[in-house]
Amino acid sequence: MLTVLANPARFMAVSRPLVPVLGAATALLLAVGTWLSFTAPPDYQQGNSVRMMFVHVPAAYMGLFAYACMGGASFAGLVWRHALADAAAKAAAPLGAGFTFLALVTGSLWGKPMWGAWWVWDARLTSVLVLFLLYLGYLALHAAVEDETRAARAAAVLALAGLINLPVVKFSVDWWNTLHQPASLLRADGPSVAPEILAPLLVMSLAYTCLFGVLWLVRTRAEVWRRRAHSVRRAPAMRATLTPEAA
Amino acid sequence: MSARRPTPLLALFLRDMQLAWAGGGGPLLAGAFYLGVAALVPLSAGPSPERLAAMAPGLAWLVLAVASLLSLERLFEPDWEDGALDLLAQGRAPLAAVAAVKAAAHWCATGAPLALLAPAAAVALGAPVRIAGPMLAAALLGGLAFAYLGAIGAALSLGARRGGLLIAVLVLPLLVPPVIFGAAAVEAAALGGPWLPSLALLAAYALLAVAAAPFAAGAGLRNALG
Repeated sequence: MLTVLANPARFMAVSRPLVPVLGAATALLLAVGTWLSFTAPPDYQQGNSVRMMFVHVPAAYMGLFAYACMGGASFAGLVWRHALADAAAKAAAPLGAGFTFLALVTGSLWGKPMWGAWWVWDARLTSVLVLFLLYLGYLALHAAVEDETRAARAAAVLALAGLINLPVVKFSVDWWNTLHQPASLLRADGPSVAPEILAPLLVMSLAYTCLFGVLWLVRTRAEVWRRRAHSVRRAPAMRATLTPEAA
Repeated sequence: MSARRPTPLLALFLRDMQLAWAGGGGPLLAGAFYLGVAALVPLSAGPSPERLAAMAPGLAWLVLAVASLLSLERLFEPDWEDGALDLLAQGRAPLAAVAAVKAAAHWCATGAPLALLAPAAAVALGAPVRIAGPMLAAALLGGLAFAYLGAIGAALSLGARRGGLLIAVLVLPLLVPPVIFGAAAVEAAALGGPWLPSLALLAAYALLAVAAAPFAAGAGLRNALG
């Protein structure tokens, strides 16, 4: 499956009809999810602020999901040297950073009325912030290295180092937090979420996943096009340097 | 041949140590930076002894992490610029081993002197004297983790624009676990509590870094050489 898609031409052919289909599914799910979010009854404790969760929880989940996708693509790019995997990893990074940023901002907006503070040095907040910093490092490294393939490989090594480090960060931050204060603030109520709240949450999660999928496809396709345009633009110059007498 | 020649990796280690100490005493520079930032702490937080004493262990630890980031830029760059890295790449030793040896030399030359300063800085800021031992142990182990994680950043940003700042941005998120474990050990020692569990976790993390980071750094070096 993956090796079939590793051929850029075949990927472009397969992904072309996929984009409008996924896009339509995203629009539909977002519409239904938004409608459910606003019609859900207010929470008995959080009141209307609970609606923030329908934006916040899927964003946080997508931030992690995008990093896993980026790490997987980086691994494929490093091991099998697929140019397409490099393009996919590069395309996933800003999306993941965006979702993580959205999770941080919406969490902060939710925290002010709920906890009375914009930011609390809670374990989960801190680990999401570290995730965001990892994205920033990835993007900065990719942008700072001139040569395209070299930048992709360096960034891929960094993505994998971050992927290995991320569970340790999660553990250490949890450990640090419980050392200082009992974990009391951010309780996700486990599975005991009321069905009226759970339905919009699930639909919105699905919508975000589709949104990420379609944006990822579009960005990867754009990256493939960009590289083609780059090589087409460079072709006359290459020919001129190879055969100087023809010029 | 009469005298036994050192193996290539040992020779590399000795060369790096000599280079670190030659000309201006590089490790002393990092130490001066460490003391300079530590001196800014009371100036910015106020000279009140109670407040300083509460922050002293954590701050001494934080400044140590920052000071060990600074010297990373020159870990691989001189060898990369003058072609020594190309020669090392052609040797029999894999680049991961080269990275491991260079990071070890960096730790011996910079991390260990900084670790010696750490207890002094913490006590000067008002931490109780009994933290000196745990602080030294934590600084030695933490410095090991900083050096090996830093080697990843230093190798990956070779040939990139804005090298120094980039290394810091790459490495800082990776430093979260050792900073937490080390600070917890020092904090516990300051309060007179059990500090060995945190120190054991720090040691575990440092060993993980020593075992795994050279492969990432070696891949980064290979990539920079192209």
